[in-house]
Amino acid sequence: MITLSNIKKTYNKGAVQALNDISFSVEKGELFGLIGPDGAGKTSLFRILTTLLLPDAGQASVDGYDVIKDYRHIRNRVGYMPGRFSLYQDLTVEENLNFFATVFDTTIKENYDLIKDIYQQIEPFKDRRAGKLSGGMKQKLALSCALIHKPSVLFLDEPTTGVDVVSRKEFWAMLKKLKQEGITILVSTPYMDEANLCDRIALVQKGDILSIDKPAAIVSSFPGELYAVRAAGTHRLLQDVRNYQGTSTCFAFGDALHVTFKNAGSQPLLEYLHTKGHADATIEKIQPTIEDCFIHLLK
Amino acid sequence: MPSSATPPVITTDKLTKRFGHFVAASELTFQVAKGEIFGFLGANGAGKTTAMRMLCGLLKPSSGKATIAGFDVYTQTEKIKRRIGYMSQKFSLYDNLTVSENIRFYGGIYGMNTAAIRTKTAELLEELQLEKEAKTLVSDLPLGWKQKLAFSVSIVHNPDIVFLDEPTGGVDPVTRRQFWDLIYHAADRGVTIFVTTHYMDEAEYCNRVSIMVDGVIAALDSPTRLKQQFGLDNMEDVFYELARNAKRKAD
Amino acid sequence: MRQLITFIRKEFLHVFRDRKTLLMLFGLPIAQIVLFGFALSNEIKNSRIAITDYSKDAVTEQLISKIASSNYFDIQRTVQSATQLEAAFKKGDIRMAIIFPADFANDLVHTGKATIQVIADASDPNLATTITNYITRLVGDFNTQTALTAGRPLQILPEMQFLYNPELRGAPNFVPGVMALVLMLVCTMMTSVAIVKEKELGTMEILLVSPFKPIYIIISKLTPNLLISVVNLFIILMLSAVFLDLHVKGSILLLTFDSILFILTSLSIGLLLSINAKTQQAAMMGSMMGMMLPTMLLTGFLFPIENMPLPLQVLSNLVPSRWYFIIVKKVMLKGLGITAVWKETLILTGMCLFLFTISLRRFKIRL
Repeated sequence: MITLSNIKKTYNKGAVQALNDISFSVEKGELFGLIGPDGAGKTSLFRILTTLLLPDAGQASVDGYDVIKDYRHIRNRVGYMPGRFSLYQDLTVEENLNFFATVFDTTIKENYDLIKDIYQQIEPFKDRRAGKLSGGMKQKLALSCALIHKPSVLFLDEPTTGVDVVSRKEFWAMLKKLKQEGITILVSTPYMDEANLCDRIALVQKGDILSIDKPAAIVSSFPGELYAVRAAGTHRLLQDVRNYQGTSTCFAFGDALHVTFKNAGSQPLLEYLHTKGHADATIEKIQPTIEDCFIHLLK
Repeated sequence: MPSSATPPVITTDKLTKRFGHFVAASELTFQVAKGEIFGFLGANGAGKTTAMRMLCGLLKPSSGKATIAGFDVYTQTEKIKRRIGYMSQKFSLYDNLTVSENIRFYGGIYGMNTAAIRTKTAELLEELQLEKEAKTLVSDLPLGWKQKLAFSVSIVHNPDIVFLDEPTGGVDPVTRRQFWDLIYHAADRGVTIFVTTHYMDEAEYCNRVSIMVDGVIAALDSPTRLKQQFGLDNMEDVFYELARNAKRKAD
Repeated sequence: MRQLITFIRKEFLHVFRDRKTLLMLFGLPIAQIVLFGFALSNEIKNSRIAITDYSKDAVTEQLISKIASSNYFDIQRTVQSATQLEAAFKKGDIRMAIIFPADFANDLVHTGKATIQVIADASDPNLATTITNYITRLVGDFNTQTALTAGRPLQILPEMQFLYNPELRGAPNFVPGVMALVLMLVCTMMTSVAIVKEKELGTMEILLVSPFKPIYIIISKLTPNLLISVVNLFIILMLSAVFLDLHVKGSILLLTFDSILFILTSLSIGLLLSINAKTQQAAMMGSMMGMMLPTMLLTGFLFPIENMPLPLQVLSNLVPSRWYFIIVKKVMLKGLGITAVWKETLILTGMCLFLFTISLRRFKIRL
């Protein structure tokens, strides 16, 4: 459905490398996630695939159409939600939706089924100006607008950035439904925990793909063993674990520290921590998360 | 670590802000101790921004009381502004100034003299390992470095409290953790941290967390006790439990 | 077609929901005309003048005291010699000088006819006309009075000379100038800002990714501005008729046609500006700096073009408002028809087509 081969993109006459030889493909009906921080090249990738930007080198196609030659065909069949809030703030919810429906030469009625679940949540506010909506509501409206013409491929550039946990969960539930409708979805996010909700993901950083696979496969490729260490006073614990000579890596993860060791086995750490005054310290072996893998791959 | 011996740096008592009939923030009552890392969470549109603006002296409350660093939010806003630092994801540094020019500028704003700015600059660059980048334009720094620098600049004048508005948005996981190291470091020196975030794992790093829903503080306690109270494993679930029934959907 | 109509409707919504811009759009021409109306008020008192009397006889004394007793003038007695006069004019100390030649009395006695020289500073043409008119009237009164007492007709003729602005470009010239300025500014600024705003918002990305044709985007952005500008045009014409008593002497149809031509030219310039501007501020600055200054300086309504250095004269040919200004003056003020302005109309048409084609071709279908 989407293929990229050896896509390169630089800005400022080559000074800034946005995409460095990117190749991958997305199957029809797949929910594919691009996971990475700002500056990873996610937006450049989206703009190339939506025919807004020309790559410096490489080929890419969407739904069988070349992004350079056949850009008109692609523009007819994709839905795109750019990273920034991209609706008319001074138009009402309904006016926005109507407008985008007309731009895509359709009507709200025609494809109401597809957006019904999403639009119903914001319908009570249909006479409100889009600029007055909260982050979560804006997101839903933007998604409705991107879906109104029943696209075969949906491009969502950081749809959940800056949105609260509740709205994010709702948003991902909607994506799951859309996937069931057979729509191919390419979505990017800086939130690593959202990776597990995708069929496949690519971890990206500074224009490179660090890893690309099913989330579970990426997790299982994490080398060595990972332990969670907990004790009261996380910050002091962090310093002590880092100073422990057997520690290889140690990062804070919520209320625990995720630790890998230079040699297999972990028991001596607890004794060390006890001597440091962490009487309540506990340690357990755990499954790594996508974020653990990302941190590992960054090095 | 928070100490109970010294008086709280933030005290609010039924602090309320109304816009017409709309109550953006309703009867907020809480205290934050010196050196505490206080997570200020809430759904979009719950009233976080309004509350933060009142505490920074940018917005006059409709009713209730609040003192920041011992100063009244109604009458002593100028004094408050001297005692607080502020950093947000959106506005932080001047892109077209160099690293040291930015530090100099913010030091100057808070009335530091040249000698103090000079020693502070050296100290700060060393802590961030940015010595080589002192003459680099901020626009040429990677985002993660910018955010770390922005934080350090926001506390360059040794404020009592620093307000951080989604400081780690879009930052890579490693830099995000380095950022929190800086926060801990500042808190250890006695700076009170008042932080908002959408990363729920970061909520766990706070000493105490408040969660706003529909303009009121729906929960306020340490992450551990909140998880116990709701019988849930992590802060994300706690937040979801509290915020999912929020009625307010618009700012 | 339905798509286009919806888009144009949306553009109108943007315009009508932004009260501040709306106010500026229609406030600007009204303020300009009203301000000029007041600035050009005909009531002038105590204008400083100098009188040099080389004749020094009874008649000149009588006339001078008559001038002095009117409350229109404040006579600066210290300014006498030719060099003093020149210096005083340059410093703006006097607005007018009256010179009685040495043989004034002689001429009057022997021929019954004499001239006085009146030199006025015409850098403010309206003021110059008004005060010279007063003098003419005063001298006329004096003529009839003395004719009655002397029993025979005396004729004193004021001989007018205008300094700095001999053609007395003034009041009537301002209206065509304001028209050119307002239409140019509103059209370029509105258009460039409207398009750049979509870029800033991110909506341009969605529009480009949609099957919506770029030409439609352009047409829908231009339509409301075209209509607003036509409305503006009629507001200006109406106000100048009411406030300044300046009516369209020629064909309104021709004037409207040429105005629309000029409006389209300005809209195309706005379109061109928007292509390279990244922020609304940049677009605004571009239209202000890039358009307002050349329009003000090189159109010819503030400074006569024929007095400019040659390079500027050549440059002014490239400024569309220059040709529009000529058209408006000919049609509106002199009442001339198409035969008098076909050349300028042709030039404007050429500019319009050229700019519109360029902006169409340069309009980016990608980011």
